[in-house]
Amino acid sequence: MESSLILSITTFVYAIASFLYIGSWTFKKEILAKTGFFILVGGFLLNTSGIIMRWIESYKIGYGHAPFSNMYESLVFFSWTVCILYIFVELKYKERIIGVFATPLIFLAIAYASLSPSIGNEIAPLIPALKSNWLIAHVITCFLGYAGFTIAFGFSIMHLVKPENNEGNTLFSRFPSSSVMDELTYQMIVFGFLFLTIGIITGAVWANSAWGKYWSWDPKETWSLITWIIYAILLHLRVSWGWYGKKIAWISILGFLAVMFTYFGVNYFLSGLHSYG
Amino acid sequence: MTQTELNKKHDIKTNEPLFKQAWDFFASVKLAIIVLILIAATSIIGTIIPQNATDSFYFHKYGEFLYKLFLILDFYDMYQAWWFLLLLLLLGINIVACSIDRLNKTWKIIFPNKISFNIDRFKKLKTQKSFVQKNDYDKIVSEYKLYLSKRFKTIIEKKSENSTAIYVEKGRWARFGVYIVHLSIILLLIGGLIGVVFGFKSSLNLNEGQSANSVFISKQKVEKKLGFTIKCNTFAVKFYDTGAPEEFKSNISIIENNKEVFKKDIIVNDPLRYKKINFFQSSYGVSSADGVTLEITSKESKMIYHQKVNIKQTFTLPENGGEFTLMRYVPQFDFKGHNIGEAFLGSVKKADGKEFMVVLPKRFPTFDKMRKGDFAFIAGDHTKKYYTGLQVTYDPGVLYVYLGFIFMIVGCYITFFISHQTIMVEITKSKNDELSICICGKANRNNQSMKMKIEKLAGQLSGLVIKNL
Ligand code: HEM
Repeated sequence: MESSLILSITTFVYAIASFLYIGSWTFKKEILAKTGFFILVGGFLLNTSGIIMRWIESYKIGYGHAPFSNMYESLVFFSWTVCILYIFVELKYKERIIGVFATPLIFLAIAYASLSPSIGNEIAPLIPALKSNWLIAHVITCFLGYAGFTIAFGFSIMHLVKPENNEGNTLFSRFPSSSVMDELTYQMIVFGFLFLTIGIITGAVWANSAWGKYWSWDPKETWSLITWIIYAILLHLRVSWGWYGKKIAWISILGFLAVMFTYFGVNYFLSGLHSYG
Repeated sequence: MTQTELNKKHDIKTNEPLFKQAWDFFASVKLAIIVLILIAATSIIGTIIPQNATDSFYFHKYGEFLYKLFLILDFYDMYQAWWFLLLLLLLGINIVACSIDRLNKTWKIIFPNKISFNIDRFKKLKTQKSFVQKNDYDKIVSEYKLYLSKRFKTIIEKKSENSTAIYVEKGRWARFGVYIVHLSIILLLIGGLIGVVFGFKSSLNLNEGQSANSVFISKQKVEKKLGFTIKCNTFAVKFYDTGAPEEFKSNISIIENNKEVFKKDIIVNDPLRYKKINFFQSSYGVSSADGVTLEITSKESKMIYHQKVNIKQTFTLPENGGEFTLMRYVPQFDFKGHNIGEAFLGSVKKADGKEFMVVLPKRFPTFDKMRKGDFAFIAGDHTKKYYTGLQVTYDPGVLYVYLGFIFMIVGCYITFFISHQTIMVEITKSKNDELSICICGKANRNNQSMKMKIEKLAGQLSGLVIKNL
């Protein structure tokens, strides 16, 4: 399959981009991050074409369906959403150094898909329950939500390792100021929260049209609700109790752990309707 | 008014009357956070303990003590347990109280008697940008006013001897966003409650040709009349070449007063709705077999014969071996305590009048050979009769829930991405014919983007007149 090859190359390209970002940060060379950004965009284009080709290939085999139906496809798409969101953030906020933590996450997701022996990349036929256009809306919105939280997680880590006083020239003090980190984290969480909300809702509408129940407390549903509540608590702590900075960063990390459990943990430890992320 | 100012009101004061204290507690964000944490934390229980399984399952899994403890705590149906519903109720009361508490203040902010602004307070803001322009004072003032009035609805001007302050604002109404979000939660809770109280859910298995006019609700152990008859005409299942099911389809008729009023094929993801009751294709299974092709091997002649036979049918065995009657089809045959799957049961009556039973499991073709009789029988292909598994639901609360969904999305969007922004542009005459211009602004949220907005506005305003010169 050509798409698998392209996606393997994408993994490699993302790896280079992350190295450049990290190099730019350690050696204080702006030019590396600039190059890294262009390579990242290149990787993104490859990632996009890989997904489209896989879509086409599934039709050629005769199983025709959108490429969101198993762990491999979902991880590839996860990388894609984190990447597009990150590119957008870098362009909007014009801070390059924030890619140090975000780009390796993009690479890790797709590398896990390509390299893990337990994740098959063959195109399988779709089970009847997944044959619905709601699948596409549901997956895209949920993953945009996850992407927001993932980048927020990267920013939160940066925020936490950054020393309180901005003196000296250690590696970690080169990160943007605390107020910028705080703002960026918050923006990503707000974005993630909106899309996770829409993702849960499209899932509910789909469940109602396919099984006659919009909510059945399936473990994946419940865990996505738990995740959502954690971020709702974060928003209230911030807007009503004035929490900000490192306190918020800790909750953002907790929220991300919930995201990861919803995405992977539920599949491995619990049983339910959702066969994949 | 800042958030902290708003919140100070909620600090419980000891000298206030009891009612006031109770009200403040129920309207507090503190309670909201406690309740949300409790809901999230307890929800985990139901993802670890399988819900609504049988008593014997739990007993085996957890042992006597834990089994009883979990039973008392309602962990086997925890999302409908009294304590979980109480948490949801508390959340609802909290939101209503909190909203009532604040709406008055918010209302006054959104619909003030008169919009005014304080020049000094604006000049103290961190988000501001200044630049200098060499131009005619009156011209600049009128140009700026024209530019700003195109972009903002509200525009107020304050003039003093050698300066003009122009105030603009937008998005006051966006402060309602939070109320829309919270209202959506109330709608979801009400919709969910209506569904639990007035709705039902059941599953219904129908053989091809079979019909039903009621369903059994296993939870409450009651029979529910549908008010019409539903009939499964045919059922078909299609497989991928991998063997996985590709599609299953039931042809369903609705019958009222002995007349067919509606007919439809239903597949997974495409249900039938009639009189607000939904019928979903959810599963299928083999209900029975019509007949089977037998492979009969004679021990003496080593000949292999094939014979098609239907249930309850008898045929004469070759080589004068007597008669064979196909008795029954068993979907799950129990052999010495093991489930060996589908099997056919037959009865052989030998020429000498001796009679015995044979078991022909589909999965184990050599099973009957081990009997070491004159003939060994193998059950070959059989004609299957399917039943269709339908999910039947009725939920009058869905309307409220969907309305809640819309409110939730719209409300979140407004809250997160639209802010109440106020900007002041001050034009001051300074020495040597220069005008110093200061743009200050603030938003009720998202001040970072306000900063960018002011930078951008500064760029546009400083370029504006140069272009028009
Ligand atoms: C699952 C339930 C809830 C959800 C999804 C929710 C959602 C939200 C959202 C999205 C915001 C805006 C946050 C921001 O501006 O960043 C907010 C603000 C707020 N919420 Fe909630 N909320 C919930 C429950 C509650 C409850 C129970 C209370 C009761 C006190 C409450 C009180 C508040 C207050 C006081 C604010 C600040 C409003 C303001 O900006 O003036 N919320 N909520």
